[in-house]
Amino acid sequence: MIPVDYYVALSAVLFSIGALGVLIRRNPLIIFMSIELMLNAANLAFVAFGRSHEIQTGEPFFGGQIFVFFVIAVAAAEVAVGLALIVEIFKTKKNINIDELNSLKG
Amino acid sequence: MTQPTNIDYLTILPLIILIAWSCVLLLVDLFIPKTRKWITALLAAGGLAVTLIFTALQIGKSSVGFNNMVVLDGFSIFANVLLLLSGLFGIALAHGYVKRMGIQRGEYFILIIFSVTGMMLMAQAADLIIVFLALELLSIPLYVLAAFTRKVESEESGVKYFLLGAFATGFVVYGTALIFGSTGTTSLTAIATAASNGTSGLLLSIGAALLLVGFGFKVAAVPFHMWTPDVYQGAPTSVTAFMSSGAKIAGFVALLRVFATAFPSISSDMTNILWVMSALTMIVGNFVAISQTNIKRMLAYSSIAHAGYILMAFVPYGNKAVVATSITAGLFYLLTYVLTNFGAWAVVISLEKAEGKGLEISDYSGLAKKYPALAAAMAIFMLSFIGFPPTLGMVGKFYLFRAAIEGGFSGLAILGVVTSLVSAYYYLRVVVNMYFREGDPEIERETWLTITTGLTAVATVLLSFVPQLLFLLANTAVLK
Repeated sequence: MIPVDYYVALSAVLFSIGALGVLIRRNPLIIFMSIELMLNAANLAFVAFGRSHEIQTGEPFFGGQIFVFFVIAVAAAEVAVGLALIVEIFKTKKNINIDELNSLKG
Repeated sequence: MTQPTNIDYLTILPLIILIAWSCVLLLVDLFIPKTRKWITALLAAGGLAVTLIFTALQIGKSSVGFNNMVVLDGFSIFANVLLLLSGLFGIALAHGYVKRMGIQRGEYFILIIFSVTGMMLMAQAADLIIVFLALELLSIPLYVLAAFTRKVESEESGVKYFLLGAFATGFVVYGTALIFGSTGTTSLTAIATAASNGTSGLLLSIGAALLLVGFGFKVAAVPFHMWTPDVYQGAPTSVTAFMSSGAKIAGFVALLRVFATAFPSISSDMTNILWVMSALTMIVGNFVAISQTNIKRMLAYSSIAHAGYILMAFVPYGNKAVVATSITAGLFYLLTYVLTNFGAWAVVISLEKAEGKGLEISDYSGLAKKYPALAAAMAIFMLSFIGFPPTLGMVGKFYLFRAAIEGGFSGLAILGVVTSLVSAYYYLRVVVNMYFREGDPEIERETWLTITTGLTAVATVLLSFVPQLLFLLANTAVLK
């Protein structure tokens, strides 16, 4: 069986890729995808930790998985609002490069 | 698994009322003609007022509900009252503003109620799952509200707020995952028990630090503040007023509860981080505010600076002897901040014209000659922000600095005093413009705007004469 540590390490790598993506990429859609990657990295960690807890105590344990359901549901709500905002700004500016969202400064 | 009982429902009764009312309002709003959206505003404000009554009826009670997921105590009631007041002020400010700016749509007021519900849930959360859900329930309506005007600036502000807010959520969720990994639970009290048994300290510390990053974004603490000026400037002013108060209170009460309940065992690591964060936030917020010429941006940096002062209350959170005074001081300062902040934004809204005119600090020239009462109110708010007597801001800062000194952080208190002096420079510039420069400003007269301005100005001055009373009130709200 694959040890739980591997899953946790993978989730840490995914989270870092997501965080770097947010900081480096310039397209809001890609940034948004990177954010989803961060959330899903957390989901993976939750399930892995939940399983390891289950193995340690020997009793069925759903704590981690339940949190994952909440995260998935909330992420879907966020997608609805986020994509609407991005579409709306595309309609106004015909462009969605983050570097050109610079009408506010000082 | 046990069935929910009456206690469970009573614990979150105000939340149930509010969320049910906002769902009903969504339907009712469909039948209200476009020209009469003030009815929706009135109904929304009515819902908040009724909830405020029910929250007041809860005073003195304490209970936990839903298998220790939510909690009702003095702390949550104090925060809920503040949040409901912010919601009411937010609607009062928006009432005329949305009409003037041509964005009078019913959703506006309903989204505010949804957001207030999220904030109140945040104050009552006793489990990281609820903290996460509440965080999203309060943030998602705010993303929409920030982009409400459908102009480039407003949409840009909405997108920026959304992307950085979602980024912060990622940190909160991953931090929760690590905390869950190290303790096997997401319940705050159970985390504290598990942590004091000494299980896997490193993972827990990293998790707590990630939570701090996520909440740092929400409350606009340096170095996670970059979004604040842009979002506050681009969003409709009435939305900015609401989110700079409500979201900040919610973020801080959640942070206070999570840290004081769940993480006392790792306070030796966290205290240093919080110290640096608080110091940086005060310094950056106040110094950058000096160079601002736009009043909305200036108040945005001022709100960053005030986040630094409130963070000061967190620094000694692991010290059992002073944690009570410092939390009381933090809550007291939140109250101070809400009153002063709404008042200042109400004045900004009075002067704002369409197309973003009337938002430069130079536009305030000559205000005192033409509208002495409004100028006096603005002067009171500016003095309260500085912490100048006789205003509530002075009392709030006094309690905060005293708590910091009692906790053994005199350096931080001195830094607070020095940065307050620096802040006098840019706050007083507004006052100087109003009283000593010539100009011909025009203001909008709206009943609710005037009432809010007057009420907050009078409260800011009068309450400073009975601080002991308020302090005792906040003291009953301290986490036991």
